[in-house]
Amino acid sequence: MKSVYPLLIEALQVLIVLVASPLLVGWVRVLKCRAQGRRSAGVFQPYRDLSKLFMKDIVLAENASWVFRVTPYIVFGATLMAGAIIPIISVDLPLAATADIIALVALFAIARFFTALAGMDIGTAFGGMGSSREMMVASLAEPAMLMSVFTVSLVSHSTSLSFMAHTLLENAIMLRPSLAFALLAFALIAIAENGRIPVDNPSTHLELTMIHEAMILEYSGRHLALIEWASMMKLFLFSSLGVSLFFPWGIAGADAPAMLPLAFVSLAIKLALVGAAIVVIETRLAKMRIFRVPEFLGAAFILSTLGMLSFFMLE
Amino acid sequence: MQGIPFKGRGPWGRGVLNLDPLGLVSLSILVFLALAGLSPLLASRQKTLLAITFLGSTLASLIALSGGFLAVYNSSTSSMIMPVGLPDLPFYLRLDPLSGFFATVVAILGFLVSVYSIGYVKSFVGVRSITPLAVFYNLFLAGMLLVLVADDAYSFMVSWELMAAASFFLVAFEDENAKARKAAFIYILIAHIGAVMILLSFGVMSGAASGFESFTSYTFSSMRANAASGHITPAWAAAAFLLALFGFGAKAGIIPLHVWLPEAHPAAPSNVSALMSGVMLKTAIYGIIRVSFDLLGVTEWWWGGLVLIIGLVSALIGILFALLQVDLKRLLAYSSVENIGVILISVGLSMIFASFKMGALSALAMIAALYHILNHAVFKGLLFMGAGSVLHGAHERNMERMGGLIHKMPWTAPLFLVGCLSISSLPPFSGFASEWLAFQSFLLSPSLPSPLLNLLIPLGAAVLALTAALAARCFVKVFGVAFLGAWRGSANANVHEAGFSMKAGMAGAAVLSLALGVFPAFVIGWMDSVPSMLVASTVQAESPFGWLWITPVAPERASYSAPIVFLGILSFVAAAYLLLHARKTAIRRGPIWDCGFEKLTNRMQYNSTSFAMPLRRIFGFLFSIKETSRAQGNPNASPMFQDRYVYNLKLRDRFWYLFYKPASDLSFWASRKVGRLQHGRIQIYLLYSFVTLIVLLMFS
Repeated sequence: MKSVYPLLIEALQVLIVLVASPLLVGWVRVLKCRAQGRRSAGVFQPYRDLSKLFMKDIVLAENASWVFRVTPYIVFGATLMAGAIIPIISVDLPLAATADIIALVALFAIARFFTALAGMDIGTAFGGMGSSREMMVASLAEPAMLMSVFTVSLVSHSTSLSFMAHTLLENAIMLRPSLAFALLAFALIAIAENGRIPVDNPSTHLELTMIHEAMILEYSGRHLALIEWASMMKLFLFSSLGVSLFFPWGIAGADAPAMLPLAFVSLAIKLALVGAAIVVIETRLAKMRIFRVPEFLGAAFILSTLGMLSFFMLE
Repeated sequence: MQGIPFKGRGPWGRGVLNLDPLGLVSLSILVFLALAGLSPLLASRQKTLLAITFLGSTLASLIALSGGFLAVYNSSTSSMIMPVGLPDLPFYLRLDPLSGFFATVVAILGFLVSVYSIGYVKSFVGVRSITPLAVFYNLFLAGMLLVLVADDAYSFMVSWELMAAASFFLVAFEDENAKARKAAFIYILIAHIGAVMILLSFGVMSGAASGFESFTSYTFSSMRANAASGHITPAWAAAAFLLALFGFGAKAGIIPLHVWLPEAHPAAPSNVSALMSGVMLKTAIYGIIRVSFDLLGVTEWWWGGLVLIIGLVSALIGILFALLQVDLKRLLAYSSVENIGVILISVGLSMIFASFKMGALSALAMIAALYHILNHAVFKGLLFMGAGSVLHGAHERNMERMGGLIHKMPWTAPLFLVGCLSISSLPPFSGFASEWLAFQSFLLSPSLPSPLLNLLIPLGAAVLALTAALAARCFVKVFGVAFLGAWRGSANANVHEAGFSMKAGMAGAAVLSLALGVFPAFVIGWMDSVPSMLVASTVQAESPFGWLWITPVAPERASYSAPIVFLGILSFVAAAYLLLHARKTAIRRGPIWDCGFEKLTNRMQYNSTSFAMPLRRIFGFLFSIKETSRAQGNPNASPMFQDRYVYNLKLRDRFWYLFYKPASDLSFWASRKVGRLQHGRIQIYLLYSFVTLIVLLMFS
């Protein structure tokens, strides 16, 4: 029992990431439709979209090389690997020890690196534009994200995600200025990394405003399905990473299968709230001009560095 | 600590030559020197010369590799005295784990690049004589190994100058090209400013040991003993450290002494650039580590702080400059400035921890630095070899005229991609392992007793993170613009793939990059003897299945298992692929989406300049940028519908004017003044000798 339980948790977690991520996106879309006074297609629409794309044939650009064709698989694999190491429902996660928070950020970086290459591969101006902008956003967002999670790992004396969540779970609730800075920075970065308003708009195909969509403009069929699914997982993972690092209450502790139902319920509630927060932001704010984005991310970077500084200086 | 199969002797026992690690390295130096001496004799038979030179240097590299590897593995120190040089001043040679480690790095890249050179240099045969290349290539490798085994100031300076002079001639190999001559001049100028400072630093250390009148303590062992016994005053120690830091820094290419790098690397043949960037810069890091940890012993925390700051500035500015380059080899040169910065960041941290007697942390940061030295040698060697293949196959160095090489160079492209992934520190490739270690040493650092350091450490982590992200952006640009998309150059360009030996050299480096990334625990276990020699501490914490993990300090603090992450990604990718290919779907090729415009040309693709445009906007204040665009054609037509637009972008390194120009002007001014002494008349020269004698007699 003792050796099987963590493996079960691991399998369960990978399944949750795969299955629940379109649901979160569907939930956000439904809420957004409500908030904007439109009729929605229901929370299950993303599943229908994905299955439709998986059924379709592929149209490949004339100039596309093998980089373009392997990218969807690598993006999907790296994102799912990230999903296997973030403790979502239980800290008893065997794979969490194999890759810590630095590796987690690097896993997302692999996905981004290949997506950007795929954008350049077909040789359109759109693809290059998308890649250039995506890497601009990433080159500021990634260090900010590292700094923000580093603050949490300094507080919890570990970079292993399981241990971080575990330590924060054990500790009494305490207001730390460093964690407040880190949370604020993390929220800004999560918006930028997932290409949400006000940085990017996942539902736009207007030429001059696209970032992420411009890179994947030439994808179709199962390739597009994998990339879309990966980006849904990414939103799900950023949301659950945020809640497990900053609000870990409810996650099942080590070797506590009885806590699992509660962990499920609390995860669902927390993610529903995160989705609602995204909708509030997206309906209240307009998309920024592209050259305001560095200021936005610079603010996130400075906030996260301040978080780490305040840990060294004050705590 | 490890199993000791051949402690103190070579694998063949004590034969005619004493084949201990030092014997092996000395043997390889002799082979290199012999090859260099043999080359001029074969000058009339260029093809034979090519084969003998580079096959010989692969062999010599393998000998040096075994010696260096054993010295680190056995944690053994061996020394000998060579009765060469001036009377009473023999050469002292010594191979300890530190020099063994660097000898391994030199030998690994020497081996790969020598294999590559067999094919690469072939393209020069028949075009120009390869004899100078053959001679100086081997002298260069011999010089680097000699620097590492030298154990006294005298032989060190001789080897250092041998290395500098050999590389000068290699940079100037294509000497009909004015740019190459200029680059070689800049290089030798900065190298000599550095050499003078290094000499002064040794002078200070040796003088502090035996007084400035005698010359008895020129050996490293007496300097070491003197510093260990506390005879050297803190002020003299600081002076020696600063001189060594900036002297070696000039060779390493720290900012602001980096201006020679982006000139010399593109001018040299690509196999030489690979060696210069991959390992010659590392000999300077070796010098810094040797002087500060071994000869002086780190005592003051501000030494580490200074190295850390220099590292941070070099890393950040280096990668920003790299991002703006359009010349592939120049870009790689600036990226070397960045990587030297990253290495110095870890070295600086290690010095800080060592000065506070935190052995375990110091060892961790030291391992991060050494690991990155090894990794950078391999992947930068790979990238320069790839750039050489592009230059060889497409005759193009300017990325603005490349594109779509992946279709024409099916081997070079994936191998180059491995280099890009490694340098962008993406797992499971090697760059990530060393970056991970560097971040761990930042994160494990406790509150230090100095508020300035407590400020510096978070800022340092922030800059390191920013640098890593910018490096990924830079290499997306490189691979995307050069290898992906469609060809931007002239339509009739004849692009071809590299030959077998070039592919073999690159493939070796690529496989090694992956292996260094997937099995870091082995590598760390091997190189643990270096920090145990320098800071008396090692890194790896005990844990079950130790080879699978790297776990500095304790498993619950941090752990990373590269093999499992690699397998995990691989199995997810394979599962997705197999599941999706269970059902047959058709793949149709179609034209790209052109918004209905129908007149897309290859020049409309994003290129290197446009890719870097957001960066010019964000960080433009750091550079001197001149951007002009004007329309040509009918002046009466609307500005929107002109025949031609001319866009001009001028980018200069501000440091060029700040530091290099004054130094170069001063040296020319001084040579002109000194030149006035030369009249070419024998009477005047005799008069000089006479006056000198009189002056000497007066003082004696």
